[in-house]
Amino acid sequence: MSLFGSFFGRNNKTSAPVARDRLQILLAHERTGNGNESDLLNKLQAEILEVIKRHIAVDQDKVQVKLDRGNSVSMLEIDIEVPQQMRPSGQP
Amino acid sequence: MAKVLVVTSGKGGVGKTTSTAALGAALAQTGQNVVVVDFDVGLRNLDLVMGAERRVVFDLINVIQGDAKLSQALIRDKRIETLSILPASQTRDKDALTAEGVASVMAQLREKFDWVICDSPAGIERGAQLAMHHADHAIVVTNPEVSSVRDSDRIIGMLDSTTKKAQDGGKIEKHLLLTRYDPARAARGEMLRIEDVLEILSIPLLGIIPESEEVLRASNLGAPVTLSSPDSPPARAYAEAARRLEGEKLEVTVPVERKGLLARLFKGKS
Repeated sequence: MSLFGSFFGRNNKTSAPVARDRLQILLAHERTGNGNESDLLNKLQAEILEVIKRHIAVDQDKVQVKLDRGNSVSMLEIDIEVPQQMRPSGQP
Repeated sequence: MAKVLVVTSGKGGVGKTTSTAALGAALAQTGQNVVVVDFDVGLRNLDLVMGAERRVVFDLINVIQGDAKLSQALIRDKRIETLSILPASQTRDKDALTAEGVASVMAQLREKFDWVICDSPAGIERGAQLAMHHADHAIVVTNPEVSSVRDSDRIIGMLDSTTKKAQDGGKIEKHLLLTRYDPARAARGEMLRIEDVLEILSIPLLGIIPESEEVLRASNLGAPVTLSSPDSPPARAYAEAARRLEGEKLEVTVPVERKGLLARLFKGKS
């Protein structure tokens, strides 16, 4: 028991290495994101539009992609205006 | 030529004001002319930590708006002759802190003092940017805790992009001050290690301030910890950090767990 206890118990207690790994991944991600954010958004907008166009005819200008980067939460907002008489292209 | 220092952090409550007061007092004790400036308009606290709260008549905003002269707003410390404080306003609109006004006050302070230490508000908003804008040297205060480290990373990014020094093509000097470090918890693997924080943030270390009751005691008394209990571990750590700021090459003391004799004996046997 004491062998298992010390073996597993120690693993449970050492939260610092987990903290370090989480931070390293997060910051690596955030650092790359900051520099070319607008580039990322343009790419996202083009690709999302491409997917939507396969099914619905939408105007290039009617798609808005926005990224709100907060301190703890970032929000990706995609706004697509669909014309009223439009129907999914697969149906008659 | 004065050296302008900003004490900054992303997250609040990590010890910026405590560190500003302690470092300011430690530098002033060596005979240099030091002013500590509170940039946290709306939530001023530096005057309280320095024990000058009842002597505030005019503040930074009064000076910026031309309602008072700089000399009227500066409060001379009662304990150390070469230490002054420029308090922040609590009641006024914080938008009164204009870029031109700050530039003019900083230029005047540079002429009067050897060290201008700016206590920044937390975060990445305008107030923090104004506080760091004119700095030659930044001290990033961080706790060994994930949210504090992450936010420090953003502040370091801001220091490298939005300060005057960076915009003029130069490089702002940056140092890390690790506060509330608990060696016992770090030894047990419950707290981020110093090496980990340094590796993640990759800026040089100015000092490690151990977690201590003395810090709260000092702020209760309204005295920088370097004055209220100069022999305590945090005061010693701040005093050493101040010497490093003055260019002294001094090995950083890593706080060690202070154990009782019994605990040490038992550890030796097992």
